[in-house]
Amino acid sequence: MSTVSMTVNGKVVASVVEDRTLLVDFIREHLRLTGTHVGCDTSQCGACVVHVNGKAMKSCTMLAAAADGADVTTIEGVANGDLHPMQKAFNDNHGLQCGFCTPGMIMSGIDMVNRYKAEGKTLDEAAIRAELEGNICRCTGYHNIVKSIQQAAGEM
Amino acid sequence: MQSTTYHKASSAADAAAKLAGAEDGTLLAGGQTLIPTMKQRLAAPTDLVDISGIEEMRTIDARPPTVTIGAAVTHAEVAASAEIRAVCPSICDLASHIGDPAVRHRGTIGGSVANNDPAADYPAAMLALNATIKTNKREIAADEFFQGMFTTALDEGEIITSISFDVPEKGAYAKFPNPASRYAMCGVFVAQGGGGVRVAVTGAGDDGVYRNADMETALASNFSADALDGVTVSADGMLSDLHGDAAYRANLVKVMAKRAVAAAG
Ligand code: FES
Ligand code: FES
Repeated sequence: MSTVSMTVNGKVVASVVEDRTLLVDFIREHLRLTGTHVGCDTSQCGACVVHVNGKAMKSCTMLAAAADGADVTTIEGVANGDLHPMQKAFNDNHGLQCGFCTPGMIMSGIDMVNRYKAEGKTLDEAAIRAELEGNICRCTGYHNIVKSIQQAAGEM
Repeated sequence: MQSTTYHKASSAADAAAKLAGAEDGTLLAGGQTLIPTMKQRLAAPTDLVDISGIEEMRTIDARPPTVTIGAAVTHAEVAASAEIRAVCPSICDLASHIGDPAVRHRGTIGGSVANNDPAADYPAAMLALNATIKTNKREIAADEFFQGMFTTALDEGEIITSISFDVPEKGAYAKFPNPASRYAMCGVFVAQGGGGVRVAVTGAGDDGVYRNADMETALASNFSADALDGVTVSADGMLSDLHGDAAYRANLVKVMAKRAVAAAG
């Protein structure tokens, strides 16, 4: 057991956990932030994507202990009073059906827009589709997810 | 995942000491292979020594003639490195196609090289670029380092600290990804440099990454895709599975090699 402490959505949190605890379990079970989902638990689906020190990572494929001291943002932390432009875009474009993949899609969407902006590259439709490699949706057929990210990319 | 004890290492020496003190410890870098393996209980180390935060292993130096990449540098960092891209863009392109964006933010070059997965991308680059694998104990040439699938020259407790190679005159990687896993069903890295032409193949051989001597000879006298027309790739020793049989993979080796040579220009 170790004490793991990190900043999650701007708040410092600490908990004594088994060393084998995954970051996603720390977030869901210990912090009760259940917006981050587990779809596959085998690193494929991206439902568990959160930002660790500003970068998208699969929280099912990382130990909580390895995130000790990190700054973590989950889906619960992206809205700031109003919905985040990425959340609004998914709403506007019907970018979800069951919604299970959506938290991961939004976290990956924000990450790709931020990265492309920082590198001065254009995030066009083909780039969005390639960037969604690690996020699986079993409902929408992806078209409206791509449209949502495209809209948000113009607004962020 | 079975119980384990987590340690964070502050330096390579600290990691070596922590590993030596563990009953059945293993190194944890990005964990993009190790964590899934532990979840499946295919690995159950008593101790994990996390080397991902070691500063001395997180640097990139791409001042010609040599590129040196710290073992804990992530795939995303290699892909985005303007410094490396200026001298050896092929390695940045290779890194940009490993896994997916979230995996690239965590997975490291040292972890990939140490694991020597038979379908991983980096081993092909290391072998074709005639890289040197530096550890906390010695320097190992890529030709000696990769010893068959999931097997390397690393001793028990030995830690890769960096990887370096001379900037090639020409180099390119062509990969045929498995449409589901995105691992290479065949990936060929071709490099031309001071030591001549080297061609390394990953994903296709049944014992991990290897060099194709016939292609190297053909390209040494004529560095063009056409020069490979006369080379026959045997299906012997090729992987054969539901994704592609040995003959299919043998054909892919040639097709990917030609594409790599064409891309290298
Ligand atoms: S739950 Fe993490 S990738 Fe699917
Ligand atoms: S909306 Fe149902 S999985 Fe994507």
